[in-house]
Amino acid sequence: MNRRRKFIVGGVVIAGALAYMIYAGVTQSAVYFVTPAELRAAPVPGKAYRLGGMVVPGSLTWEPRSLDLSFTLSDGTATVPVRHKGTPPDLFGEGRGAVLEGSWTADGYFKANLIMAKHSEEYKAPHDKNEAGYRELFKTLRGEGR
Amino acid sequence: MRRLLGGVTLAGLVAGLVMGFAIAPREATQGNVQRIMYLHVPSVWVAYLAFGVVLVASVVYLMRRAEAADRLAHASAEVGVLFTGLTIATGSIWGKPTWGAWWTWDARLTSVSILFVMYLGYLLLRGMIEDRERGARFAAVLGIVAAFNVPLVHFSVYWWRTLHQPPSLMKPGPGTMPDIIVAALLVNFAAFTLLYVYFVTRRARVLRLEAEAEA
Repeated sequence: MNRRRKFIVGGVVIAGALAYMIYAGVTQSAVYFVTPAELRAAPVPGKAYRLGGMVVPGSLTWEPRSLDLSFTLSDGTATVPVRHKGTPPDLFGEGRGAVLEGSWTADGYFKANLIMAKHSEEYKAPHDKNEAGYRELFKTLRGEGR
Repeated sequence: MRRLLGGVTLAGLVAGLVMGFAIAPREATQGNVQRIMYLHVPSVWVAYLAFGVVLVASVVYLMRRAEAADRLAHASAEVGVLFTGLTIATGSIWGKPTWGAWWTWDARLTSVSILFVMYLGYLLLRGMIEDRERGARFAAVLGIVAAFNVPLVHFSVYWWRTLHQPPSLMKPGPGTMPDIIVAALLVNFAAFTLLYVYFVTRRARVLRLEAEAEA
């Protein structure tokens, strides 16, 4: 085996190992969020979690004066009651996906410190044709508002 | 030829901006902020393309020892790093109003950070090794190894749970966008690709002139 071939074989081995390490590392150590069912299976009070799921329609209440937000998060199998203090992002809402950072409390609810809205890969044109495109944009630019 | 390419690229970028910011409709759910997609997605496309070219040019260099291939890999990696940076910046700006966070360590954002850092390392390696031939050889190997990251970035949204949504355009299967949005995206894809070709050919030319001046 000449030097050059050894070099190429070595390179391929290193590349394969690196690719495997990245794949295995990300898969095992970094489950980005747990689902309500997974949290329900083994909840640890006080432990920090990222919790991902869908906001159950009809469960959302928000008190604008105190900024108290509460809703139920579901993954289709289990649900978790959530409480939060603050203003959620614009795209957050009932029937939509959300990822929460926070902790499970001994009182039986999830205390969210950060709410992130998960949006889909679908993009739609507005139904109202008058709102479409440049006309609407120019209106906004002129400050006429919507 | 260079002038012509530059002119066509400029016209394409203007057309892309007009398509994305004036002709394409305001998106129903996200509003005007969705328009940043017309910069974000073509940017990452150019990054993928650039690192793909680095891979091919590196293989060619190792096989033929052609210096032109080495210069192409070098130029393409620089442009790839630039557009990876643009992807991260525009993504962050898009993420704040929609997700409610500038940054989060999900698999897509983490893997694209690794991609960015690996090619920064590639450029660092190129700058560190004095001996031209040795440096080119080492860089070629790294250029091949680092390319494994590209599919990792692209498929991360399928392989792991992420906050980032899956692709709407660069995927098989039925579309998830109306034709006008797809058209605006495609114009920007074309314009950004031209911009990539323009940057890489200019940069590779400078690298060639530098090498000739040194010789």
